[in-house]
Amino acid sequence: MEHIAIADQVHELHHPKSWFTTYIWSQDHKVIAVQYTITAVSVGLVALGMSLLMRLQLGFPDTFSFIAPYEYYQYVTMHGMIMVIYLLTALFLGGFGNYLIPLMLGARDMVFPYLNMLSFWVYLLAVIVLMASFFIPGGPTGAGWTLYPPQAILAGTPGADGGIFLMLVSLAIFIIAFTMGGLNYVVTVLQARTRGMTLMRMPLTIWAIFTATVLGLLAFPALFVSAVMMSLDMKLGTSFFMPAILSMGETLDHDGGSPILFQHLFWFFGHPEVYIVALPAFGLVSDVLSCHARKSIFGYRMMVWAILAIGGISFVVWAHHMYVSGMNPYFGFFFATTTLIIAIPTAIKVYNWVLTLWRGNIHLTVPMLFAIAFIFTFIHGGLTGLFLGNVIVDVPLSDTYFVVAHFHMVMGVSPVLVVFAALYHWFPKITGKMFNKTLGMIHFWLTFLGTYAIYLPMHYLGFLGVPRRYYALGSTDFIPESAQTLNAGITVAALIVGTAQLVFIVNMIWSMSKGKKAGSNPWGATTLEWQTPDTPPKHGNWGPTLPVVHRWAYDYSVPGAKRDFIPQNEPEEDASASGNRD
Amino acid sequence: MVLAVVLALLVIGSVIFHFWSPWWFTPIASNWGSIDDTVEITFWITGIVFVAINLFLAYAVFRYRKKKGSKAHYEPENTKLEIWLTVITTVGVVILLAPGLIVWAKFVNVPEGTAEVEVIGQQWHWSYRFPGVDGEFGTIDPKLYSFDNPFGMNPDDPNGQDDILVSSQEVHLPVDEPVKILLRSKDVLHNFTVAQFRVKMDMVPGLVTYMWFTPTRTGTFDVLCEELCGVAHYAMRGRVVVDEADAFQTWLSGHPTYAETLIKIPADVHAGQALYAVCSACHGPDGGGNAALNAPKLAGQHAWYLERQLNNYKAGARGTHEDDVFGRQMAPMAATLVDDAAIANVIAYIDTLPDDAAPATVTGDAKRGKKLYRTCAACHAPDARGIWSQKAPRLAGMSDWYMSNQIKNFKQGIRGTHLKDTYGGQMALMARMLRNEQDINDVIAYINTL
Repeated sequence: MEHIAIADQVHELHHPKSWFTTYIWSQDHKVIAVQYTITAVSVGLVALGMSLLMRLQLGFPDTFSFIAPYEYYQYVTMHGMIMVIYLLTALFLGGFGNYLIPLMLGARDMVFPYLNMLSFWVYLLAVIVLMASFFIPGGPTGAGWTLYPPQAILAGTPGADGGIFLMLVSLAIFIIAFTMGGLNYVVTVLQARTRGMTLMRMPLTIWAIFTATVLGLLAFPALFVSAVMMSLDMKLGTSFFMPAILSMGETLDHDGGSPILFQHLFWFFGHPEVYIVALPAFGLVSDVLSCHARKSIFGYRMMVWAILAIGGISFVVWAHHMYVSGMNPYFGFFFATTTLIIAIPTAIKVYNWVLTLWRGNIHLTVPMLFAIAFIFTFIHGGLTGLFLGNVIVDVPLSDTYFVVAHFHMVMGVSPVLVVFAALYHWFPKITGKMFNKTLGMIHFWLTFLGTYAIYLPMHYLGFLGVPRRYYALGSTDFIPESAQTLNAGITVAALIVGTAQLVFIVNMIWSMSKGKKAGSNPWGATTLEWQTPDTPPKHGNWGPTLPVVHRWAYDYSVPGAKRDFIPQNEPEEDASASGNRD
Repeated sequence: MVLAVVLALLVIGSVIFHFWSPWWFTPIASNWGSIDDTVEITFWITGIVFVAINLFLAYAVFRYRKKKGSKAHYEPENTKLEIWLTVITTVGVVILLAPGLIVWAKFVNVPEGTAEVEVIGQQWHWSYRFPGVDGEFGTIDPKLYSFDNPFGMNPDDPNGQDDILVSSQEVHLPVDEPVKILLRSKDVLHNFTVAQFRVKMDMVPGLVTYMWFTPTRTGTFDVLCEELCGVAHYAMRGRVVVDEADAFQTWLSGHPTYAETLIKIPADVHAGQALYAVCSACHGPDGGGNAALNAPKLAGQHAWYLERQLNNYKAGARGTHEDDVFGRQMAPMAATLVDDAAIANVIAYIDTLPDDAAPATVTGDAKRGKKLYRTCAACHAPDARGIWSQKAPRLAGMSDWYMSNQIKNFKQGIRGTHLKDTYGGQMALMARMLRNEQDINDVIAYINTL
């Protein structure tokens, strides 16, 4: 029996009847993607603001009355959690995943559009619950983004009376939202590809988002149960994570729980989470690099296997976050080995990006600048990971600013550079307008050079032994005065980078209405989303007939071809002959 | 073009920064030079890779940037090259991992016969325990933690009777003797870190964790807590003094065993009353304080806090800074209390005095102060009555002008900077959150409402 893809089946799409159902209560994956993106970016700006407040305190201590330790630790915590979960995870999967999966696969929409819509609204609810913690007595939790008990739920930690509970509830809601979206992405990739779109013809973006989603579906439950268990410890007096302890001069009723159990659960989620963010970035950047280098991605099959290998191994490296946690130290041997093994497929990806550029025809467009900058920062961040992954080397560096610098380089700066590369790259398709190139260039140079100026020196604070999560250093014998000068310099760079993001926001908003009209395929890209009959694509994406795929996603500069790219849906006879689709 | 140049410059700049930056590991003071070696190996290998790939990247961007009529090469795969790159990377990883694991094996396995010392962390200070002559630690029961038994010692355990309890932020260790550090926490996660020793480990309530090292040179080293443990995390500071063997023994013998701490001679209130005659000249017969003479209210203050401060004065840890005019007046007064019994007696008498709230003299915005006080409450309690386990005195109902002066003293380094006043040092770190007179007045105005 012939296989009929879901998107091919005769089945009426839900057609919106009003402005409200078109743009707000919408089941269109593209609208949902934009909703996800705007929400994630907005909440990310809040987290950015908090990081600047932290930097003000670190760079210029004893200056600002509005940053007491209580608030400082709240900023630390909310900044981290918002950036990792509510910005990056939501943006890559809810934003780019939603927009690109159906379009790149030649589908009309996600397989479960209604569920997809609910996914966004539940995500929004999670964000609102989280933000509500700013307005309750005691404010949001200040337990650090890892929320380690017993501290997280005890007096002496900001927000222990209510903020932490709202955080746990918000996370649980977020995971429900993610699961609704995630199931959609997986089923859509597996079931709704158009005719000819075999798995090995899928763009790397799809492979990466697909794998990241599978990771999420397997990893988030660990966070979900730990949120539930901690809530029970807090509200019902259970002792999952709480041993017998003293708090504020009194012994508590808890007994027998294990704080390290929480850490295992948290990082069983937390490490795959790194790749839930990183893999989509890998995928998106591969497509941007290939397109703007006018060259096929180098080693496509190896890239796919590397994504899958990284995804698989990412589930057996989690305890490298816990080398000095007090867990059985013999675990160190296993986790150091697995962690360094994961460096191999990761390195292969880096080689292949660079080799994609080699002998290419590199168009240094704004998205391409961001993509190449990503390679640079990712190499840096990846290599410092080899310090922290190798258990004994981690010992002196753990809990210092080296860790902060490392993970910001690899999980903050690098994915965010990809976010910008991707937003600039797909902006013409999403809005039908071209962004302002000059503003894009200004944004790029300030962001790239500025972030490097922040994070390169920060590693050296770590070598000095400056501990992270310190509100103030005070006088510590082994830390020279010059560390404070360095901190002030980092703060200045951070303020510049933070301000530079306004250039981006202005550019996006201005270009959306005033930008030059972009054609349907301004970059000359091969993948299906650039071959839609309308730009921006209409509801249902493809008009009356679905595209048929004839080739892989990376036919750039094929010898003998008429143009330097051949769209995936172009039949062989058209590619070399005169007949181009448009 | 610009990008290629910038990438190359960033690589060169990073290398220059690395070699010229003055910021590097503090000189080592333990046997773990092998850890520094593994860092060094990692640095060279990753450094070479960083330079090589990025310069190649810069060159590729330069060489293959878009030019008129240029076209990209079509080469989707090169299996041979990919295999080679994989093999080389694997070799690099093995070179990094193998020495790392060998050193880790040394770290995990403590040498036979290593002496043990216990480090105890709690919000937000340190204390220590030595096993005593029998070389065995007594058991600890977290349910027994209390003011009278701060170590939670099991009173029925014979091994515990000779355990030496060090209720101080400072611990001494003998030089060149390997030591196994057993780590405990009374409340939340902490982490015992001495940067010069290179090794660190979390302290987990409900568990005893460990690490070992051999101090290789004498000196004084800061102990930092490096696991977020609440709002005063950054103020949790201790000190390790590495001594020659003799000096270490002298230091150790100055601390009581658990059995000795149980012997308590009841204080003599009447003797205390006689001693208090000296105090009353300034602090008033009812201990209510006298602002005109700069003497704060004593009545109602916790006995353990008064005791600590009297000892600080006697030991020169307080009242010795040249700008501490009033503290310098108090120091000789404290010296009239000749021994521990005298201190206990006078405090016992103060404890009998009527506790009437001191009059409010500081005015400020209590609403704003309430927000600032959220940080203070972690140690001084939400009702500002103080908390013994936090070693934080009572504030509510005490002399507000005195608090104001002391906060300024802490901020200006007049108080809390003496090496022996380690709890004062913590307050000095915390007091800096009050940036100006306004902040201080506001927070005290709030305390006056409690």
